[in-house]
Amino acid sequence: MRAISRRELLAASGTGLVIAFVIPGRAEAFLAGPPKKAKPLPEPNAFLRIGTDETVTVLLAHSEMGQGIWTTLPFLVAEELGCDPSKIRAEHAPAAPAYVHTGFGVQMTGGSTSTWSEYERYRTVGALARELLVRAAAEEWKTNVAKLRVENGYVINGTHRASFGQLAERARALPTPTKVTLKPPEKWTLLGKPIRRLDTPEKITGRAVFGIDVHFPGMRTALVARSPVFGGTLRSFDASEARKVAGVENVVQVPSGVAVIASNAWSARLGRQALRTDWDLGPFAGMDTEKMRAEALAQSLTDGAVALSKGNVETALGKSAKRLEADYEVPYLAHAPMEPLNATVKVEGDRCDVWLGTQFQTMDQQVVAQVMGLKPEQVNIHTTFLGGGFGRRATPTSDFAREAAEVAKAAKVPVKVMWTRDDDIRGGYYRPAYHHRIEAALDGKGHPVAWKHTVVGQSILAGTPFEPMMVKNGIDETSIEGIVDSPYLAKVAARKVTLHSPKRPIPVLWWRSVGNSHTAFAVESMVDELAHAAGKDPLAFRLELLKGSPRHAKVLQTAAEHAGWGRAPPPGHARGLALHESFGSIVAQVAEVSVEPEGDIRVHRVVCAVDCGQPINPLGIEAQIQGGIAFGLGAALHSKLTFAEGRVEQSNFHDYQVLRIDEMPTVDVHIVKSHAKMGGIGEPGTPPIAPAVGNAVFALTGTRLRTLPFRLT
Amino acid sequence: MKLVVNGQEREVDAPPDMPLLWVLRDVLGYTGTKFGCGMAQCGACTVHLDGKAVRACVTPVSAVGARAVTTIEGLSSDGSHPVQRAWAEVDVVQCGYCQPGQIMACAALLTANPKPTDADIDAALSGNLCRCGAYQRIRAAVHRAAELKGGA
Repeated sequence: MRAISRRELLAASGTGLVIAFVIPGRAEAFLAGPPKKAKPLPEPNAFLRIGTDETVTVLLAHSEMGQGIWTTLPFLVAEELGCDPSKIRAEHAPAAPAYVHTGFGVQMTGGSTSTWSEYERYRTVGALARELLVRAAAEEWKTNVAKLRVENGYVINGTHRASFGQLAERARALPTPTKVTLKPPEKWTLLGKPIRRLDTPEKITGRAVFGIDVHFPGMRTALVARSPVFGGTLRSFDASEARKVAGVENVVQVPSGVAVIASNAWSARLGRQALRTDWDLGPFAGMDTEKMRAEALAQSLTDGAVALSKGNVETALGKSAKRLEADYEVPYLAHAPMEPLNATVKVEGDRCDVWLGTQFQTMDQQVVAQVMGLKPEQVNIHTTFLGGGFGRRATPTSDFAREAAEVAKAAKVPVKVMWTRDDDIRGGYYRPAYHHRIEAALDGKGHPVAWKHTVVGQSILAGTPFEPMMVKNGIDETSIEGIVDSPYLAKVAARKVTLHSPKRPIPVLWWRSVGNSHTAFAVESMVDELAHAAGKDPLAFRLELLKGSPRHAKVLQTAAEHAGWGRAPPPGHARGLALHESFGSIVAQVAEVSVEPEGDIRVHRVVCAVDCGQPINPLGIEAQIQGGIAFGLGAALHSKLTFAEGRVEQSNFHDYQVLRIDEMPTVDVHIVKSHAKMGGIGEPGTPPIAPAVGNAVFALTGTRLRTLPFRLT
Repeated sequence: MKLVVNGQEREVDAPPDMPLLWVLRDVLGYTGTKFGCGMAQCGACTVHLDGKAVRACVTPVSAVGARAVTTIEGLSSDGSHPVQRAWAEVDVVQCGYCQPGQIMACAALLTANPKPTDADIDAALSGNLCRCGAYQRIRAAVHRAAELKGGA
């Protein structure tokens, strides 16, 4: 039983049963602290609508960006509601206090939290609605609720049956229960089994509307010319040629640059090409990647802010039997979602409408309101499907929504501001480059006794609203996550982790798996180096370290067994393994690789085990793990942004390479049965793949690769 | 100029150098065809010209001529094309943005090669990026589509 601490039953004309309520909960467990007390719900705020046409529409507090929440949340409701699954529909919720993240207190999608953070709320919505429908039927039939059962969208009493749609009006008039009982997982009929996606029909026919597809009469399309160097400022511009381009209607200056507004995207593009701009490039104009790498290397030789210190690491290193030193480097990375960024803004009087694929509705609403001089509740956020997110559509600055609002305000027309791929690759908000320097040592028995780890890389949280909560004593916890909490390090008596966070004008951001995208690479590569230095089997060496971590050990063993660890791989192939916990889930991967004559690394197969707690949709878990591996493997093999004279040198998919289908390994996913607290699944598949591949390449060639993307030649 | 799109003749008022992609999206309202790179590097804009896969983002509308343009909206009226059915069965889509291009590329592949191997699939679809990384299910769905098309 659980108490419903706040709930409201709202009437909405003609839609049948409408239920809306907010349950604060689990907040104390989160970084952002408890969410602010929910205000009375604005109309038409709701999580669920049961229509007289029998449709069951679930409103989503999270954005569908590929991770499958469009399917998961409705099925959480459906499991408790007992509706006909074929009648389920999903809609993105508007931006409103009712839909704030149960843990973070703002409306957002990220951190692999959408399923577990809504696990109780959406099931409770379903259970509450079911209870009301049953009571409505009992009232109508003048009988006891105990005699009634629910099946596939009907309330049934012997031979009497009434559909949810028939009962919805009567249910709406009833007082809401204060308690509902949720089914235990053993009684589930839908959850825990493979569930196919609800958004497939529109996504395979071209009907799905992404932000870039938004169109209405009078809407213009704009492209913005921005500084070629981060931190640059506009001196002047000359729009005379741009204005001559057919279809170009206006050219306006906005804080981020100069916007060319046209009747269509192509004209806007030609107009921007014809635009002449003069920039003061600012102090970063002399910067290049080699200088930044050299600075990071120099910093890595000194201690930074202390994130973790146990024992005396210098003493332990000094008297150890064997000592290893290694530098691991990862580059700046763009998210490069397939749908380039865009936002459409329309103002009418004191009302503003914004259409966009976003992970951050609350921020977008506040930022657009600020630009327009409106109140947040006067800004209507219409969340479309997201053509990929990976973190890029969750900017604390709401950069692309803000810019679109600025353009709409300056040009005084409804406008879609679009980014081209070049804009996306060169426009910032990157996963920062990081340098990891690790000194580690073994005792005479080959057990690690010292681990000194220095991390150098920009803080993604510095200067954002998250800084006060998530940066403590100079430590951005996202820069060192996956190191300080590593189960391996817990078994090393003397350990020290310090962090340098150099300040640069490059906009940086979380990128699928955030800090784990680089810390797993450094930690799991060094663990592998230590195993080889100790003369031990990499699996046995890890299992020894994981003696106090049974969940981790089980996941690693599961992957190793399914991969045939210990048996000879096919000729010319070798295997490497890696284990990493992130977002509450533990993932182990065994990669099987070969090397082509020209030195290209080929990954043939990845065997993956995952413990994410109670699985909700195994089909979705498999998809997220496969996708997470593809995302990480693209970065391990190819992706890299470099700077020369302050400018990003890459511009599109020809020189910013990501994984293509011909390099996709076969990925076997094994879900480890677990009763642990539910974790996330969108990101945890990404971190282990780079070290698993690097470790396999070492096993095959004896060459230790410590820089991403990997280069053997 | 005249264009035949999804079986319908349309009169189009657009500059001759405007890529077919933008004519479809911004002039004719077929937004199922996606913009991803603008330089034939990602395949999101894949459409058929007389049944052959082309990248609409680098095809000037004036180069289309009398060839029949088929977009994802015209592949079937209701998602019943074997490739679409296979996609649904295998639960391929994630964010879905690249999928119209993937599906159009796959449909063209199966016309040319009704029983493609994994290597054939990789070769034919390596120009179609998917950042969600749905590649493994794309491969499986192409095989399934080949079966469905063959009457299995």
